[in-house]
This record gives sequence, C-alpha cells and structure tokens, in this order.
Amino acid sequence: MKKIIELKNITKSFDGEVVLDNISLDIYDNEFITLLGPSGCGKTTTLRIIGGFETPDSGDVIFMGEDIKDVPPYKRNVNTVFQRYALFPHLNVFENVAFSLREKKVPKDEIKRKVTEMLTLVALKGFEKRSVTSLSGGQQQRVAIARALVNQPKVLLLDEPLAALDLKLRKDMQVELKNIQKATGITFVFVTHDQEEALSMSDTVVVMSEGRIQQIGTPVDIYNEPTNAFVADFIGESNILDGVMLEDRKVSFAGQVFECVDEGFDRREPVDVVVRPEDVDIVPADRGMLKGVVTSVTFLGVHYEIIVDIDGFKWMIQTTDFWDVDETIGLVIEPDAIHVMKKSEYSGMFGDYSTFSDEMEEIGEVEIEELAEIEERGGNRTESGKTDE
Amino acid sequence: MNKKTSSLVQRLTLTPYSVWAVLFIVVPLVFVAYYAFTDSSFAFTTDNITRFFTATSVVDDGETVREVHTYLVIFMRSLKLAVISTVICLLMGYPLAYIMARAPEKTQKILLTLIMIPMWMNFLIRTYAWMTILQDKGILNGFLTALHLRPVHVIGTESAVIIGMVYDYFPYMVLPIYSVMAKLDVRLLEAASDLGCPGPSVLRRVIWPLSIPGVLSGVTMVLVPSISTFYISQKLGNGKFFLIGDAIEGQYVANNLHFAAAIAFILMVILLVCMALMQKLANRKLIVA
Ligand SMILES: Nc1ncnc2c1ncn2[C@@H]1O[C@H](COP(=O)(O)OP(=O)(O)OP(=O)(O)O)[C@@H](O)[C@H]1O
Ligand SMILES: [Mg+2]
Repeated sequence: MKKIIELKNITKSFDGEVVLDNISLDIYDNEFITLLGPSGCGKTTTLRIIGGFETPDSGDVIFMGEDIKDVPPYKRNVNTVFQRYALFPHLNVFENVAFSLREKKVPKDEIKRKVTEMLTLVALKGFEKRSVTSLSGGQQQRVAIARALVNQPKVLLLDEPLAALDLKLRKDMQVELKNIQKATGITFVFVTHDQEEALSMSDTVVVMSEGRIQQIGTPVDIYNEPTNAFVADFIGESNILDGVMLEDRKVSFAGQVFECVDEGFDRREPVDVVVRPEDVDIVPADRGMLKGVVTSVTFLGVHYEIIVDIDGFKWMIQTTDFWDVDETIGLVIEPDAIHVMKKSEYSGMFGDYSTFSDEMEEIGEVEIEELAEIEERGGNRTESGKTDE
Repeated sequence: MNKKTSSLVQRLTLTPYSVWAVLFIVVPLVFVAYYAFTDSSFAFTTDNITRFFTATSVVDDGETVREVHTYLVIFMRSLKLAVISTVICLLMGYPLAYIMARAPEKTQKILLTLIMIPMWMNFLIRTYAWMTILQDKGILNGFLTALHLRPVHVIGTESAVIIGMVYDYFPYMVLPIYSVMAKLDVRLLEAASDLGCPGPSVLRRVIWPLSIPGVLSGVTMVLVPSISTFYISQKLGNGKFFLIGDAIEGQYVANNLHFAAAIAFILMVILLVCMALMQKLANRKLIVA
C-alpha cells in the first residue's frame, strides 16, 4: 500500500497549552481511517493541520512525498467536509457543488456533467435549484460531501460529519459514506468521538487522548488488543482489573490465578487485565472460577447487562439468560477472553468501583511477599465505556 | 392560560413602542403629505407638486443665458454629490469594516469607539471644525505651507462639500457592514479556501455576496441623509451649491410650508423607489451570484 500522508512528530500548542504532543501517523491510499477520541483530544486540530488551516509548531506534514507544511489550503489536493457543513447560504445546491469547478474555470457543460454525477452519487438529483437553507440536516450533509468530492481530491477530511444527525439517519449515512468511499477510492480521514461509528466504518482506527496517539490498528485489533487502560475503557465496555503476571500465560487477578494467552511480561509484573462483559460465561455458583452476587439487571433487548458483586467489587457481564438480583452465580473466563496490558499512566484511572488501584499504583515498592496477599484479596473494578458519546 | 398572559405581556410591552412610532413617525409623515397636497387655506391642490417639476429660472453663467428647471437642477446636483459621497464612503468603509471584523477583539473595540466618537459631537460643530481646517488660511493650508507645499483652495468647492458629507456619514456606512462581517462564519471562508479559492476569490465569491445586506443598509443610511443635507453645503460650499435640503429649508424659513412639504414629499417618494429597486437587485444577485 502506498503512503499518501505522513505526519511526522507534529506538535502544536495554543496559548502555551500543548494540544498535539508529538503525533506521528501514516495514512495510506484508499484507506478509511478514523481519528477517535474524547472531546478536546486534538482530533480537529490534526485534521486542520492536514487541511492547511493550522500550521504545526514543529514536525512535518508530507503529502505524496512532498512537505506541504507551507502550502496554503487552496493549493492542497485535499478537501474537507466541515462539521455543520459550512455550505454557502447565498448559493443553491448546484452552485455549492460547482463552487470549486467554477474557480478552476472548468467549461460549463463539464461542470453540469460533474455536478449532476456528484448529486446522483449522494442521492440528491433533482435538488439542483433548491436553496441550501431549505434542506434537512441529512440533505445538507450530502451536499457538503458532494461539494468536497466533485474536485476528486486524493484525500477527503471529514470532521464529525454525522454528529448533528439523529440516530437513524446517522446509521444510514454511515453505510452511505462507506459505500461512497469504496466507489470513489478516495482516502477518507474521518473524525468522530463515537466509538461504534469508528469501529463499524473504518479500515484503521487511531485512538487519541490528550493530544497523543494511544493506539493505531484495525477495529478488531483495537477492540481485542487494546494497548492500555484508556483504549480498553474508551472502546466498548470493559472490566479492567489490576493483576500480576505470574509467568507466561498465567495471570493472577480477582484473587485467582487464570490461564491466559499473553506472553512476554516480566515475572510478577503488575499489569492491567481486560475482560469484556460478553466474554464471561455464567455457570452455577459451585462450578465458577469466581463467585458473585447479582446486584442489578438491565434488559437491553438483545441481552441483559448484569452487575455482579465479587468480593465487594462490581463486574459488568452481558448474558442472554436471565439472572435475578441476589442470585449467586459462578463465572468462567476462558484464556482467550483475558487480555493483559502493560501498566500505563491511565492505569487505575477508570472504573468507579476501584479501591485497590491506589495500592496498586505503588506496586513497584511492594515486596513480593505482600503481592501474594494482594493476589489473595484480588482487585477488580468494572468499567463501562462511553458508548453514547 | 400561560400563553394568554404572555401575549398580553407582550402587547403591553410593545404598546409604548407603538405609541412612540405613531407619534413620531407616522404623524409627521401624514402632516408632510397633508401639507404637500394643500394650499395655504388647506384646500386640496397638486400645485405644489407640479411647481417642483415645472418651476424654471434663468441662469446666466457669463457666456450663455439659459432657462432651466430650478428644482430638477437642484435635485440632480444633490443626487450627484450624495452619490459621490456614498461611493467614497463605501470604498473607504468596506475595507475598514473587513479589517475591523478580522482584527483581535481589543482592536475591534478601539476602532469602533474611534469611529463613533465624532457621532457624539454636534453636527454643526463638526461642520464648523471642517471650515477652520479647509479655509484658505486654515489648518490644512498652514500645514502644507509649513511643509513648503503649495496651499490648496478647497473651501467653497464641491470637494469641500463632499469632504463634509463623507466625514459626517462615514460611520453610518462602516457600522452596518461591520456588523454583517463580524457575524460571518469563518468556516465559510475556510470552506472557500479549501475548495481552491485564493484570498481575492474568497472575497469576491463569498465575503462580498454575503455582506451585501450590510452594504445596502450602509448605502441607504449614507445616501438618504446626504441627499437631503443642508447646512454642510452652505458652510463648506460657501452657499454656491444650493442643494435640495437647502431648498426645503429656504422655503420653510420663507414660510412656504406647503411647498417645503411638497419638496420633502417628492424626495421621500424618489428615495423609497430607489431603495426598493436596490433591494430587488440585491435579492436577485444574492441568489444567482
Ligand atoms: N484556535 C484555537 N485557539 C485556542 N485553543 C484551541 C484552538 N483550537 C483548538 N484549541 C484547543 O485545543 C484543544 C483540542 O481541540 P480540538 O478541536 O482539536 O479537539 P477535538 O478533539 O476536535 O474535540 P471535539 O471532539 O470537542 O471536537 C482543545 O482544548 C481546544 O480548546
Ligand atoms: Mg473537533
């Protein structure tokens, strides 16, 4: 695959506050890449640097092998779909889409042909004469996409293009956008803070937090192999527990020793352990590796989401079977359901039910003998990701 | 019930405004129209109106002696000076408004205050100030002489009248354009740039069409008062440029209230028609552009 954009060690601050901290990112041809992260983590700023609306304090922006740091936006072969569209209110739908072609003095009949082609692509044929202010949010969105695509840019930048749409329309547009991307073969750099959207649409997901890239990978990698507690927390629902790696493929958490598939940690290395709520099997209490009491049950249509209290710590578990509050159940966790991560600055930051994280933060100083005690007591917390943002 | 009270409250709060509007806007207009179409015994007549279009006088400019339509000539002269002043205000005001709207907030406030300060001064005083500046032995020429440049003769020329008008009405051009520009969404400008427009193109294709409403109200607010201005021409033009405002004033002072009202009425109708046409033109332009 061909690299189309390379960001190299980009740093940017506003008013002395670092917004992007040494960002490096390769974007490949024909790729649907998504920048995902909580509000204020620097997604828009990254996009604006690619678009040419901001200049990085340091670092390079390479576009098809050329440094374009000092190239103004109007000379870049990159177009943007702005958040809230930024359509020209004084122009009708046709003229909005034709805007860049008129600037390039494209012949009239070719403009007509191209605009019509684009409006067909976004299913807005017949809307040519309409004023853009009279369109619905979804229609305006599609005009914005057509306007940005008509120029056949190498790269299309989309800043939370679906954020203002209602859920149903958003789902439809997700599919439509993905189809457009496949049909045109244009590289899409997509910004969102909706993790579901990111996972379902992207070839590559870039998880950002506080101006730094936390992880780059395919949606499956990001979900199954989060690199740290932040990513595990941000993507999907996670039970994140403090644990200790006893040896390769053997980890201890929640007061028990579990088989796992992870290797390459130091002996007795403190780690974060992720167990996804859907990966836990529920069995009768006497047959479980762990035993706990159901404290709440929520019916979510496809499955139940239950909170289970294990030695005073609460796990979230998803199950299709009904378990009533106050029932005692057993849990079985298969080796491949356990994901072990290195400790990071985010360790212990997530989960409302953590009491052990404070102790675990000082694990470095804890003697080996004491570790055994901690293992015995176990440490866990339940974490629900921010799905609805 | 809630709705009812709120609409009642609304009506109550609007009442003072309505009373004010009727008292100070509608009533005077009715009086102007009434006087324009009546004679001194308040009987209906269109004589006053006809007089405006038909009255003639003899002009002797030393070489030829001509008979001209007195008031039409005066009107055209007023229109010419007003249009020139308006154009100058626009040419100076538009870039200033643009720069202001893009400046840091603090600079914006300072510039706004600077533009408005002259408006706090009495208009007569401002005009007198310009007299002392532009006189043959005034400040301007003193300055030029000090720099060993040739003094200029400005007072009593059309230029002096235009300078006075531009100075007086400039804020009325800048402020409406500025307020439209300040509200302009920067992302539209970024979008234009993103779609391949260099700076001048962004100005021509996005900023200008979107600022037309501001330009229109600026033009209206300068053109209307400058076409009907008096006094400036008397003081800075040494009375050589008799304008329609001076004509109204003259008739009024001479106690020809009915004819003064007729001139005012005709002027008003002409201005209204002009404004309506301009608005229409702009509307069409806004959609096509
Ligand atoms: N022009 C600017 N001047 C000052 N600070 C800015 C500017 N632009 C962005 N910032 C700051 O930089 C940080 C990152 O902003 P950015 O818009 O990139 O975040 P984001 O990830 O896009 O967030 P969101 O999801 O809310 O859009 C924020 O703290 C923001 O306040
Ligand atoms: Mg943003």
